[in-house]
Amino acid sequence: MHFDIDQYYSRMNSGEVILAYKGSISSELITNVLEVIDAKLEDLIIKKSIKKKLYNVLVESLQNLYHHIDDLPDTSDGKFDVHFGIFVITREGERYKVSTGNFIRNEKIQPLKDRLDRVKAMTKDELKDLYKQILNNQDFTQKGGVGLGLIDMAKRTDRQMAYQFNHYNEEYSFFNLDIYV
Amino acid sequence: MESISIEATTKTPEIKMNPEDGVIEIKGRSIPENSIEFYRPIIEWLDEYAKNPNKKTTVNVQLEYFNTSSSKCILDIFKKLESLKRARNEVVINWYYEEDDEDMLESGEDYESIIRVPFKMIEIVD
Repeated sequence: MHFDIDQYYSRMNSGEVILAYKGSISSELITNVLEVIDAKLEDLIIKKSIKKKLYNVLVESLQNLYHHIDDLPDTSDGKFDVHFGIFVITREGERYKVSTGNFIRNEKIQPLKDRLDRVKAMTKDELKDLYKQILNNQDFTQKGGVGLGLIDMAKRTDRQMAYQFNHYNEEYSFFNLDIYV
Repeated sequence: MESISIEATTKTPEIKMNPEDGVIEIKGRSIPENSIEFYRPIIEWLDEYAKNPNKKTTVNVQLEYFNTSSSKCILDIFKKLESLKRARNEVVINWYYEEDDEDMLESGEDYESIIRVPFKMIEIVD
């Protein structure tokens, strides 16, 4: 049986939801969301440094989604929009959680998992060194990224991140990443 | 050569580059999905400027947010300034950060450690 994305989305939508979205992830959408959330965070959060951290994590999460979503080959049944992704921002007590979800081709799981585990196991100084090393040596990828998004978020949140890969079919899985600010 | 003046948008910063007085300003948010396009004219301008620069170049960077895509382009700008300094020109880099924004201060320190030009760290107090 397929992994049930609707059920998963409703589960994500529990607790104190600040913003939730399910659908096509485009550049325009990101612009709109960032504008809306900027105003909302201004009202919600008193401490400016937390607001900035959350906003930064949000930018990187949304742009990671934008750059790395894999499209299911056949969306003609209309179930999923092109460039389909999910993101939800919730408040859990004093913390904020940014969750994203997207399809990923199964062969990409292991490399991504390795990368996430490596980043999660690094100390703050190691992350800082790795960040600088990549910044100084890497060229832009074809997608226009530099492969720094995950490292940047881990650095800012002191590695407060969790992930999950849910099997969807022989070719695709649904990748979920939670980042706590 | 011409000066550059670009207005800020929700995703890109205000840019001012004046060859007459050698003052360069980058201010606001730099969070486009793909920053190469936005920064290309700025890098090209710096290449042209380096041929006949002002005796002193002052760069004011006052960013509220920047994403990882921009971080690479910003480093490219600093590298141009590093070359300018190596060619025996005076280069002053002022890195502004808001009070309590330790991430932004740290970013400035990261850039400073990569290029060999000292930064002046300036805290903006509300």
